Amino acid sequence: MIALIGLALGVVAGLLLQPTVPTELQPYLPIAVVAALDALFGGLRATLDGIFDDRVFVVSFLSNVVLAALIVFLGDQLGVGSQLSTAVVVVLGIRIFSNAAAIRRHLFRA
Amino acid sequence: MGDEGPQRPDRVVRAPVDGAAAVRRLLRPRRTRSQLIIGALCALLGFGVVTQVHQASEANLSGLTQDELVRILDEATDRADALSVEAADLQRERAELESGSDTREAALAAAERNAAAQGILTGRLPAVGPGVKIVVSDPDGQVRPLTLLNLLEELRNAGAEAVSVNDHRVVASSSFVGSAGEVVLDGQLLVAPYVWYAIGDPGTIVTALGIPGGADAAVRRDGGRSTVTKSDNLTITTVVDAAPPRYATPVPASTP
Repeated sequence: MIALIGLALGVVAGLLLQPTVPTELQPYLPIAVVAALDALFGGLRATLDGIFDDRVFVVSFLSNVVLAALIVFLGDQLGVGSQLSTAVVVVLGIRIFSNAAAIRRHLFRA
Repeated sequence: MGDEGPQRPDRVVRAPVDGAAAVRRLLRPRRTRSQLIIGALCALLGFGVVTQVHQASEANLSGLTQDELVRILDEATDRADALSVEAADLQRERAELESGSDTREAALAAAERNAAAQGILTGRLPAVGPGVKIVVSDPDGQVRPLTLLNLLEELRNAGAEAVSVNDHRVVASSSFVGSAGEVVLDGQLLVAPYVWYAIGDPGTIVTALGIPGGADAAVRRDGGRSTVTKSDNLTITTVVDAAPPRYATPVPASTP
């Protein structure tokens, strides 16, 4: 519940402030957002599985975001930035899909 | 988040839930410190999503990688090359069209000069230039139309280009008819004295009129008297309306 309220607050704040992303962060923000989404779905699934743990969620959220950004940064340094961001997005997308499928099974028993 | 937190409870493990109970568990408010942190993280996520969506919709170049920028630059260069080729083509076409219109203008100017010359010769246009003024007096009323026709022919032979008599323009189709003292020019009765204006080389005309047995002599034979005055700047303002030809049409230009 608090998580939902926080999400709504964040969206409202983003709409109101219309912040400009610094140029150095622009390649990493989309990857970081996808990584955070992955952590969020993972947390939802864990809640339904009954194994949710605050600390795991917080750590996985932060480490996902930082790690994804780091991978993209490394790829940029190696000259394969766009390919590596694609790879990260694909992997995270697969995880989000499988988590969403598990959540769906819990909610609809199907 | 250290592992050494002494007050941290053991990990709570609940049974998996399904259906409505699952929804209730998801939405149940839990007011603990870690829940607040989770809420803050979710706020961060929402903020990031909105920011990124906003950023992506702006689609500016600074978010692109070097490879993409190079590709865009290549595309722009190719496009610029194609456009410059197209511009060169269009400029050449424009130059061709301009020279074409120059040719047409030259033809038009030639046609206008032609029309002016024809207009003077046929009496459709007023004329100005050097020439002579001839006053033929007829005190006895004995000057015949033939005499005046002779005078006109003499003027034409001497190269007169525009002629008028008593404010009537004399053209190729003009005719002197009637009888002595009652000369009719193109249906208009002429009243003596007959005042001629002829535009042409004055010297030639005067000489031509004065030759023995010529026009002057004919006028004198009829009892008249002619006075010739040279002028450097005569103006013949009277014009005639040339009727369009009823039978003749120009030979088509393509026919040899």
